[in-house]
Amino acid sequence: MDIVTPEPTHSSPEPKVPRAVPPPSATPVTESVTTSPQGPGTFSSPGTGEPPVPVPVTIEPPVAAAFRPAGQQSPGAALASAGPAAGQTWPTAADGGAPLTPILTRRWASPRSWTLRVYQQLDGYQALPEALKIEPARITELIKNSGLRGRGGAGFPTGLKWSFLPPGSTKPSYLVINADEGEPGTCKDIPLMMADPHSLIEGCVITSYAIKAPFCAIYVRGEAIHALRRVQHAVNEARAAGYLGRNIMGSGYELEIVVHAGAGAYICGEETALLDSLEGKRGQPRLKPPFPAVEGLYASPTVVNNVETIASVPAIVLGGSDWYRSMGTDKSPGPKIFSLSGHVTRPGQYEAPMGTTLRQLLVSAGGMLDGIPLKFFTPGGSSTPIFTPEHLDVPLSFDDVAAAGSMLGTTALMCFNETVSVPWAVWKWLEFYKHESCGKCTPCREGTGWLVQILRRVVSGSGTMEDLDTMTDAAGNIAGRSFCALGDAAATPVLSGFKYFRSEFEDLVTGRTPPVVQTRQLAGAH
Amino acid sequence: MTNQRIGVPIFLPTDVVFDELTETRAEELIARYPVPRSALLPLLHLVQSVEGFVSQPGIEFCARKLDLTDAEVSAVATFYTMYKRSPSGEHLVSVCTNALCAALGGDAIYASLSAHLGVGHEETAGEPGVQGSITLEHAECLAACDHAPVLQVNYEFFDQQTPDSALDVVLGLQAGRKPPPTRGAPLTDFRSAELEIAGVFIDLADRVDGPSASVPTLRGSALADGTGQRAPMMPDSDGASQFPPLPEKK
Repeated sequence: MDIVTPEPTHSSPEPKVPRAVPPPSATPVTESVTTSPQGPGTFSSPGTGEPPVPVPVTIEPPVAAAFRPAGQQSPGAALASAGPAAGQTWPTAADGGAPLTPILTRRWASPRSWTLRVYQQLDGYQALPEALKIEPARITELIKNSGLRGRGGAGFPTGLKWSFLPPGSTKPSYLVINADEGEPGTCKDIPLMMADPHSLIEGCVITSYAIKAPFCAIYVRGEAIHALRRVQHAVNEARAAGYLGRNIMGSGYELEIVVHAGAGAYICGEETALLDSLEGKRGQPRLKPPFPAVEGLYASPTVVNNVETIASVPAIVLGGSDWYRSMGTDKSPGPKIFSLSGHVTRPGQYEAPMGTTLRQLLVSAGGMLDGIPLKFFTPGGSSTPIFTPEHLDVPLSFDDVAAAGSMLGTTALMCFNETVSVPWAVWKWLEFYKHESCGKCTPCREGTGWLVQILRRVVSGSGTMEDLDTMTDAAGNIAGRSFCALGDAAATPVLSGFKYFRSEFEDLVTGRTPPVVQTRQLAGAH
Repeated sequence: MTNQRIGVPIFLPTDVVFDELTETRAEELIARYPVPRSALLPLLHLVQSVEGFVSQPGIEFCARKLDLTDAEVSAVATFYTMYKRSPSGEHLVSVCTNALCAALGGDAIYASLSAHLGVGHEETAGEPGVQGSITLEHAECLAACDHAPVLQVNYEFFDQQTPDSALDVVLGLQAGRKPPPTRGAPLTDFRSAELEIAGVFIDLADRVDGPSASVPTLRGSALADGTGQRAPMMPDSDGASQFPPLPEKK
């Protein structure tokens, strides 16, 4: 049996999305749905994980934000309650916490940070006039030198991607922003678009100018309605202020941006599926090559980039590549928004340099919730192989995480404590992939369906040892054999779950641990 | 619904006639794109905003506007989860039941709402379209994991819910009230939300003002603020000098 470990390439999907799954049984379950008393899908097991991070106890009052414009009120209650409670300290790098470097998030705490006025007060639209004075190809060179790598999960060098557009093409080129966020665990782009949409718009204008695109589409996940409003509002404001439209800032350059809503399909986070969807078709991935750089939107040269990637561009233009490289690691420069979620005392968005560890981030976040130890976590969403407490000190950069056997993905750090059953979590994730499989290729369409059926048996206590072998076999036959990276992603929770926690699956089969889900609960669950 | 004889999805026939306003809005949406067909997803949201779901006349409307066949439009409409094929309630309640939300209580929230409403996934409690009617669905990841467990009403976020708080929200909706979302604009109804998603914003200046600066969103900013941490200062720029020269052509 071959297991092909997928290399993170720019063909990986930028995972995204929710959606509802049809019930597996013909009989819809209504009031018979009940929840087990100890909580859904959980059971107790002896703790072997990292001890809870101790919480230091001194008080240090907050100081004024460096980027807040003069005359603006502190965000006050919202900001204060975001920090530690009274009697606790604000952990710093000296306490073992993450060294925070707010760049993309530096405006978020300012009141009405999403308006043009506040954005302009905080360095907004200062990079654009600099860029418009420069020959476009030199902007691409700057981004290349900065080492910026795609923030949508694959980590492909951004400047290199831009430089793949064929020179002298007779067709127009396009910029498409992948804002179809929906990978389980990933929750950074929607807050960014809500809090600071103008940074995305300014990045779009600079990038479109660099690749000489007359049209840019921002493909926002349909369910992200408030992000849609904020981005549309920012586009309207930018157009009224002359940052969009004809003859932008007197440069002669013309650009239109359209804000486009998706309609509920995680697969549209995969760049070629996104392009098909944007063309008004079913969102199914395309065969590559040709890559979007050659034949993308409307079969024209196209750059597809993630929100966080493009929002980084104005800062790089203002600060330069050496400044950008002063943060992060050699091969993964710059800051990154780390999204901590799950059984964490203070979950949320923490911007720190690439290479920061989860141990540091957990100190910043006040440790694990209620002191219950960490059992497993994902470095970058459900599509990245899970890690265990032994990986707490892995530097979270593209290369370090890959060397440790996973992928950085979108730095969506879902932290699960000792109460969570790994087979249960794997089952939940597989229900997601089964629902989101687009059906184009057989390994993914059939494989996810079979894996879910087997997992339902296992978590409800009626699995067999043979089932476990069938699962690894099926997962191994999806990984590396599917049309796009969604199939690889679907196999990942199974394969990595077995790698570290096979005994939990076996214990469910032998009855050593009781079923984590009652059969009748399965009926209404998905 | 499916045509059992030939096994293809069918859309409900209705006697809706799309009015002049909808025709105009459709044309405005189409004009935004270099290629008209790109407007298909927005147009499907648009017809859904009129009827509360996508009907056979809705399919035909989109096909006529974009010079496509009904089959081409149906193929797209059946692919995407957000397009509903049966009449929906005044409100759509979506509960995240993916692994992380579920582990923190999402499954319990869904179970309690399902029991209270007496309906399952993609079913409607009450007469569709009538005030207080609610369509329930369990959603996959809603990209708000730091606010888990979450639910959405008409795609506005209700964060960090419990079975009790979620029940309060639903009871309020059934009583004709509009509980304020944690993040997002004040609630209207499902059809109005669909109009915005289509790209038709009637009172954007008001709606855009809804809150978003939640505690989890600002956690890192607050901590950096409270501890005086900041990114390295940018060097003093003298304009273009920071842009590297182009590499020499080989």
